[in-house]
Amino acid sequence: MPARAAHAALDIVDVPMRALQRWVGVPRIGWLFVAPNLVILGLFTFLPIVIDFAFAFTGGVQLYPSQRPYVGAGNFATLFDCTDFLDPSTCRKDLFWRAIFNTAGFASVQVALMVLFSLVTALVLNRRTIGRGFFRGVFFYPVLLSPVVVALIWKWVLQREGVLNALLAGAGRSPVGWLTDAHWAFFWCVFVSIWAHMGFYTLILLAGLQAIPGDLYEAAEMDSASPWRRFTRITLPLLMPNLIVVLVLALIRAVQVFDEVFVLTGGGPGSATLFIVQFIYQTGFAEAIREYGLAAAASLVLALTLLLLTMAQLRITRNSFHNRRGSRDA
Amino acid sequence: MASLQLSRLVKRYGEATVVHGVDLDVTDGEFVVFVGPSGCGKSTLLRMIAGLEPVTDGDLFIDGQCVNQMPAAQRGLAMVFQSYALYPHMTVYQNLAFGLENVGTPRADIAAKVDAAARMLQLEPLLARRPTQLSGGQRQRVAIGRAIVRNPRVFLFDEPLSNLDAELRMQMRAELTALHRRLRTTMIYVTHDQTEAMTMADRIVVLRAGRIEQVGTPLELYNHPGNRFVAGFIGSPQMNFLAGAMNAGPDGTPMVTLDAAADGRPFAARLGDGGASRRVVAGVRPEHVVAGPVEGEHLELDVVVDRVEQLGAMTFAYCSLPNGERLTVQSAGQAAIAPTGSLRVGIPLARIHLFDADGGKSLTARACA
Amino acid sequence: MRNALRWLTARRGVARADWTDWVSWIYLSLGVLLMFGPVVWLVLSSFKTPAALTEFPPRLLPYGQKSVVVRGHADPLPVYRVRLPDGSERELAQVRRIGIQATLVDPAAPEREYRVNIRDRQPVREFHLATRNYTDIFGKFAFGTFLWNSVFITVVATAITLLFNAMAAFALSKYRFTGRSTVFLLIISTLMIPPTIILVPNFLVISELGLLNSLWGVIWPAVATPTGVFLLRQYMLTIPDELLDAARMDHASEWRIFWRIVLPLSAPALAVLAIFSVMWRWNDFLWPLIVLSRTEKFTLQLALNAFQGELTTQWHYLLAMTVITLLPVTLVFAFLQRYIAAGIASAGVK
Repeated sequence: MPARAAHAALDIVDVPMRALQRWVGVPRIGWLFVAPNLVILGLFTFLPIVIDFAFAFTGGVQLYPSQRPYVGAGNFATLFDCTDFLDPSTCRKDLFWRAIFNTAGFASVQVALMVLFSLVTALVLNRRTIGRGFFRGVFFYPVLLSPVVVALIWKWVLQREGVLNALLAGAGRSPVGWLTDAHWAFFWCVFVSIWAHMGFYTLILLAGLQAIPGDLYEAAEMDSASPWRRFTRITLPLLMPNLIVVLVLALIRAVQVFDEVFVLTGGGPGSATLFIVQFIYQTGFAEAIREYGLAAAASLVLALTLLLLTMAQLRITRNSFHNRRGSRDA
Repeated sequence: MASLQLSRLVKRYGEATVVHGVDLDVTDGEFVVFVGPSGCGKSTLLRMIAGLEPVTDGDLFIDGQCVNQMPAAQRGLAMVFQSYALYPHMTVYQNLAFGLENVGTPRADIAAKVDAAARMLQLEPLLARRPTQLSGGQRQRVAIGRAIVRNPRVFLFDEPLSNLDAELRMQMRAELTALHRRLRTTMIYVTHDQTEAMTMADRIVVLRAGRIEQVGTPLELYNHPGNRFVAGFIGSPQMNFLAGAMNAGPDGTPMVTLDAAADGRPFAARLGDGGASRRVVAGVRPEHVVAGPVEGEHLELDVVVDRVEQLGAMTFAYCSLPNGERLTVQSAGQAAIAPTGSLRVGIPLARIHLFDADGGKSLTARACA
Repeated sequence: MRNALRWLTARRGVARADWTDWVSWIYLSLGVLLMFGPVVWLVLSSFKTPAALTEFPPRLLPYGQKSVVVRGHADPLPVYRVRLPDGSERELAQVRRIGIQATLVDPAAPEREYRVNIRDRQPVREFHLATRNYTDIFGKFAFGTFLWNSVFITVVATAITLLFNAMAAFALSKYRFTGRSTVFLLIISTLMIPPTIILVPNFLVISELGLLNSLWGVIWPAVATPTGVFLLRQYMLTIPDELLDAARMDHASEWRIFWRIVLPLSAPALAVLAIFSVMWRWNDFLWPLIVLSRTEKFTLQLALNAFQGELTTQWHYLLAMTVITLLPVTLVFAFLQRYIAAGIASAGVK
């Protein structure tokens, strides 16, 4: 029945489509097919980029750019108004700078640890042929969960009366306010986001490991290479392209961290886990006074950072590709 | 340089036995070829010697030392892989130097050794290139160079020429033989190509289904094959096999009657041991079948020619016998054999190998000196 | 069973167990514990009564107090283990409690009443799934509405995504028109523009279109995924052009060719994109958070987030809602993880 309905619908649409086709001609009908996608992209990606600038260079509280007074680089000036750039408390928008520091710290630590654990897991998974599918799935499962669910799962575990503190109590230690202590909250943000995303990168690295021909390792064994040297001189160099992809993808995602953290700590305690995207969200949408201009300006700063990161990736992968890889057959 | 002893080596994968108790002694400096059809266990045997596969049972000795538990990295051997296994991210120089670096050789020594090997194999202009920029033959030489540079006790070759085209293969065969003559190191070479075995080996080990069928010099195997399998495997084109029966003659001499012989006349068999009556298989190589008059004791057969191939230097005639069996006749030069029609061929009795129809063991082998 | 043993003892190659085998085994076991453990704990907790949830330290399994039906009483009575004045211990059902005095009866012989100090009685617990947590949320908290919102967005967005992306991929793979490569580059370049930097202007656009607080305001911006176009285009390139030419000879319109030939042939790629799209839309958070401000429009994710503020004391409901929210994805995972993993691995290698 659905098939018949679909065919009926198709036939109805076909009539005007044929007319259009006659009008436009077959070669140019490609434009027709691409149009819906382009319209959406235009409306919701390209146009907003332009409008972002309109917001960033205007002030006031109105939503419509035409009603907003031009302030030139005023918003940027506000954001970058600091006596000491290394001390957020001296800045006019101290939350912005705190967010920047937090994000920088988070991104560097989280990405480093995540790439490390993904690599180790991929190496372990690469050895076992039996049951590998199951274990690969195990690490991949959290990737599928929504960030809100992930955060709630861990929030429940990290409660003051949660199971983690219960285990501690069982071991004779006193309970810890995991999410109420600034340092611990930061730690758990890193931990939970690694927990939730590691499986994805493990898969990519595992695929890279499996693409290395086994007889290279045997040749290295015959060349008297110790397991450590086999790892550093064969595995790592040949895995380097995948590692770089993982590094950059993870970095880009880490800089934009929001969902899990927002639900887990809400940026707290205080602003200990306030990251840049949450700052943009708060500034533009959550405060009593919505400062669209500031939020847009902060968005552009973020955009610039991401652009630089992506370009760095392209540069590095291009070099690495030329120097190291070539085809895989020996 | 080292001697090698394989004592009752067994390899099992779970329930399946791949190598059934192999015994072999390889003397220092020998070029030994393991040859056999695919799946016969020759590569497995090589990998056990290398240390890349653990030995399930039996003992392996290198220079008198039992190395069963010794890891591959410490056995002092070098292996040339079928796929060459060159490190794609390293230059030729680094590929050659890698093994020396792993054992902590000083840099000056490494440079000297790599240069020596490169000179020996004409690799000097290629030292800065990567494997992907080399031709098949060049890669092969780098793989060999990587083995030479480490001055191993034994060289192991795992079908190194199978990825090359025919012309290159012949050239590399000559180079490898020359290399052996020059280095005088023990070499174990695995191949499925009996021509390579015949041309390169000091001794050949013929393997089938995990067992050694026969060990001997190339000519020993050619002239005195120990069983029907070896007789059929060695020599190209393949030996002709004709069915027959052996019975005691009037004076007790065993007489053989070929099924294909039209007149049913038996010929006297020269046997190593007295035989009871049985079914036999008579083998004769195509190059020993004469399309014309034969001197001395011989057997005559009437055949029908199916097809004649003139190669200029020799002629092949593919014939069939009245009972349906086939016979290949190889004659030197450009023999005048009609492409169809009947032909009378002669087979010198001295060139006939007799095999037990049941089991294939040679009955004539021991008779020949 | 023998296979399981063989798997458990499968080793690297040497006859004896390598220390690296032990370490790997331990690492993987820890991994299973760490990845599944918290989720399992969540599910178990979601079946506990509020009272059980406040226990510290918490018990592993959900326990509820045992209750029994006693002759002469309408509702089931809670059961306690009581220490009687004569020293013996019995399981009795509590009829009432006034102050520190509890009145209990033997369920088998309810005529006789025992009066005991509350200190001398312990609740008898048994394994008990508090399914009320799940049934209540639909009634009390309009959970059905949130479920519906999420399902609506996911299904509709996926359908439109498949359609629009397939059309675009079709055009980019099967037609040569001027500007084709520019369009392709344009679409791919949007991969570099994460939604987080265009939140404010998108809010304006949605507002102008009158789609604020509408589920369509969440759907429309999400349907033009460049990943989807790329994926489908790669697949459609492998469909031979001769098929299309043959159809044109048969007087089929281009639209018909798209619907009847190319789309069915692209089914595997469409399936992969559908799975991705379902995952993305179901898990969307930031953008719906901005667009939807009225509670009745909340998706499951937004509802969870909102309620964890309001209901910090009503964890039993929150947990149940969380479990329901992760159920579809878990089912998809259980049945399809092989395909998802393979798809990502091959995409990552490129």
